[in-house]
Amino acid sequence: MPRVTEETVEHVARLAHLSLTDEERRLFARQLEEILAWADSLQALDTSDVPPMSHPREAEALREDEPRDGLDRQAALEAAPEAADGLFRVPRVIAG
Amino acid sequence: MSGLTGLPATEIRRRVAAREVSCEEVARAHLDRIAAVEPGIDAFLLVAPERAIEAARRVDEAVGSGGPAPPLAGVPVAVKDVLHVPGLPTTCGSRVLEGYRPPFAATAVARLQSAGAIVVGKTNMDEFAMGSSTENSAFKPTRNPWDRERVPGGSSGGSAAAVAARLAPIALGTDTGGSIRQPAAFCGVVGLKPTWGRVSRYGLVAFASSLDQAGPFARTVEDAALVCSVVFGPDPLDATSADEPVPDFADLPGGADGLRVGVPWAFLAEGVEAETMARFRESLGAFESAGATVVEVSLPHLPHAIATYYVVATAEASSNLARYDGVRYGRRAPGDHDLKRLYGKTRDLGFGAEVKRRIILGTFALSSGYYDAYYLRAQKVRALIRRDFDAAFGTCDVIATPTTPTPAFRLGEKTGDPLQMYLADIFTVPANLAGLPGVSLPCGLAHGLPVGLQLLARAFDEATLLRAGAAYQQVTPHHQLAPPA
Repeated sequence: MPRVTEETVEHVARLAHLSLTDEERRLFARQLEEILAWADSLQALDTSDVPPMSHPREAEALREDEPRDGLDRQAALEAAPEAADGLFRVPRVIAG
Repeated sequence: MSGLTGLPATEIRRRVAAREVSCEEVARAHLDRIAAVEPGIDAFLLVAPERAIEAARRVDEAVGSGGPAPPLAGVPVAVKDVLHVPGLPTTCGSRVLEGYRPPFAATAVARLQSAGAIVVGKTNMDEFAMGSSTENSAFKPTRNPWDRERVPGGSSGGSAAAVAARLAPIALGTDTGGSIRQPAAFCGVVGLKPTWGRVSRYGLVAFASSLDQAGPFARTVEDAALVCSVVFGPDPLDATSADEPVPDFADLPGGADGLRVGVPWAFLAEGVEAETMARFRESLGAFESAGATVVEVSLPHLPHAIATYYVVATAEASSNLARYDGVRYGRRAPGDHDLKRLYGKTRDLGFGAEVKRRIILGTFALSSGYYDAYYLRAQKVRALIRRDFDAAFGTCDVIATPTTPTPAFRLGEKTGDPLQMYLADIFTVPANLAGLPGVSLPCGLAHGLPVGLQLLARAFDEATLLRAGAAYQQVTPHHQLAPPA
């Protein structure tokens, strides 16, 4: 079974785009270790013939794929921290 | 307390329809009580008195012009701050959404408003509904009206406290692992989590999409039934909302004759506080006196429910919360950053400790090398838990447990130990994993604090829950208890 180190937490935090302080890394490593030790009880169960359940209603119907109006562009942009020219504005990502 | 703030929704609606009282008078009575009582409770993140009065006047005009009074005419409602209300900000109890004004309404809220209900404010909650005490709100803790040194439960603690303190007769909450039923139990009110798919999730900010469900708080089962009648039903804006018939919950057969109440005794053998267990046993006696029979059922995989839940819920949360990156809404970290650093700083400043902890856990469970051992394994155990329920409902109509192992704990008591906080959800998370409806009913006091009786039913059988709850209220007085003024 994996044992959570500060390096594990740092790796996962990078995947999740979270920057953590040293203190958070230490605390989360200890707490995740405890929580995962608890979750190890799942490993003892025989699930070999059990299909995974992703949500409670596997058989719901899909609607017809028909075009319909979405959210108004201006209304969507009003919630943005920065917008310009009808678009969300972010820091430059391509050099030049 | 004016006479109006003690009334159930059914009675407010009757008086409004009979023109004995105006919606504006009802709204003002509740807003006055909020002004007087709220400072010691902190149930609300936002109170909207002007909008409430305006809305009440509009319903008064509609009723006055001779139209039929809609089913919730003039009934004040408090809405958990995870559901979008037109014109009001939504924070989800998080700094990351501070200042966000949603450009659309939650379907559940829109249906309440169309039915004449008056939104009085947005209620406090654990950040992104992650917590069992409302202490994870980024803004403030809410206090339990029964004992202000204790938590109201969570994550819908503000909604539960508002209804218990007579600040509103009904409220909306959401329940991902018990976040309606547990605070209802701690605050001594009725809280119902519908079947997954019963209530549209459109406009409900997602925590764990396969578990989240909105539902009512009320002080009587009849009021909860009234809200269910209004908010249940399919919605073209949520593909997972179910096209199942919605019965007339106001017209259910009375009594508990022939009802089979299943109790998973083996699952209750350990860890339930003695007075809480005593109230639970008394409630079973009350059901028997009302004509029900109590049978034992077996749910052998429930001891794995907490581990399963905290893997599934955090995995889904880590994906859902990826959207908070400072680009499309909410706060953006100040400073001159490149894009990746902007994401990281925004999320670091915006999220509290519990949200970060769950994102880390969920990302871990989904990450390469651990997916099979944690996420996939949890999904399979989830299926086993659902099979347990399917088998148990072959021999009973409802399953009864205490809603929580103990009454409300003290503020600060569990904040340092997340695992202990999680373990207290043991009786509520199974219904979310299986997608089943559940209700918590007040069943008396332990050490002066409310205790909840939880009933679970088959998928889409809220009618049996409400019928059983109404029968229980007929033979017990517990729902009439009010916290000290």
